[in-house]
Amino acid sequence: MTLKIVEVNGVTREVPEDVQSVDHLLKHLGIAERILIVELNRTILEKNAYDQPIHNRDQIEIIHFVGGG
Amino acid sequence: MLQIADRTFSSRLLLGTGKYPSFEIQKEAVRVSEAEILTFAVRRMNIFESSQPNFLEQLDLSAYTLLPNTAGAKTAEEAVRIAKLAKASGLCDMVKVEIIGCDRSLLPDPVETLRAAEMLLMEGFIVLPYTSDDVVLARRLCDMGVHAIMPGASPIGSGRGIMNPLNLSFIIDQSNVPVIIDAGIGSPKDAAFAMELGADAVLLNTAVSAAKDPVKMAKAMKLAIESGRLGYEAGRMPERNYAVASSPMEGLLPK
Repeated sequence: MTLKIVEVNGVTREVPEDVQSVDHLLKHLGIAERILIVELNRTILEKNAYDQPIHNRDQIEIIHFVGGG
Repeated sequence: MLQIADRTFSSRLLLGTGKYPSFEIQKEAVRVSEAEILTFAVRRMNIFESSQPNFLEQLDLSAYTLLPNTAGAKTAEEAVRIAKLAKASGLCDMVKVEIIGCDRSLLPDPVETLRAAEMLLMEGFIVLPYTSDDVVLARRLCDMGVHAIMPGASPIGSGRGIMNPLNLSFIIDQSNVPVIIDAGIGSPKDAAFAMELGADAVLLNTAVSAAKDPVKMAKAMKLAIESGRLGYEAGRMPERNYAVASSPMEGLLPK
């Protein structure tokens, strides 16, 4: 199986070639149901834009809410 | 009622969600506090441990207003990025501007806070800046159109209580938006004092989360804030130096 290389939260990782969109990537990481925000190549994605394609060498940030004052 | 922008709230306690001993204690503390606004921080998800429980995901989100903070930002641009990320969740459009200018005191950077507030207002956010107790800075922020002003009582997490009640009272007097005393509250007396000064609300976190019994302290804070507010509305008696007898001087028994 061919792999593509993406950077997720600063860590380079390989994902299967068939992970084609942000949606797919979140499912692949097992976090599709979580409350989160995605930034793709420094652009914040709205919820309806998770069908955006993922390319080799893309930089993805996955952000969430944590406890804070 | 507390009104922030077009939202109204029955509770005048805003509660932070950091550093509780457990989610169970936290859930119970949040419940008994009767807070309606909860603050959160925005961070990278640890995708290697993504199965770790997350407090926000256990909340009935229809019952709470989320107030994300921009903690971690050192510049206006960083704060705006964090605010936009939070808004993209689709869960909130309010933001607590928190731009730290000193790592030891965690006091806010006034210049960057002012810049960030202006940028976020242009972007259509409901903007609640955390500031020092600087009276002129608070006025500049109000003039700019922020939706509430949140001066600190003393350094974040210090529990030192209200260091400069005079400045806070000046800020309260001059403000045409809610004044929420944020940071440094240590005990119920501090919260009651803030409300007696005329503050519209209190935002606290560590005072509850680091108490020996956070659930009991959450209730104590709720009561103190209600009590302080009632006292403020009732209008306290004038202070004087010498005693005035409460019992009548007439009809004293013969010696």
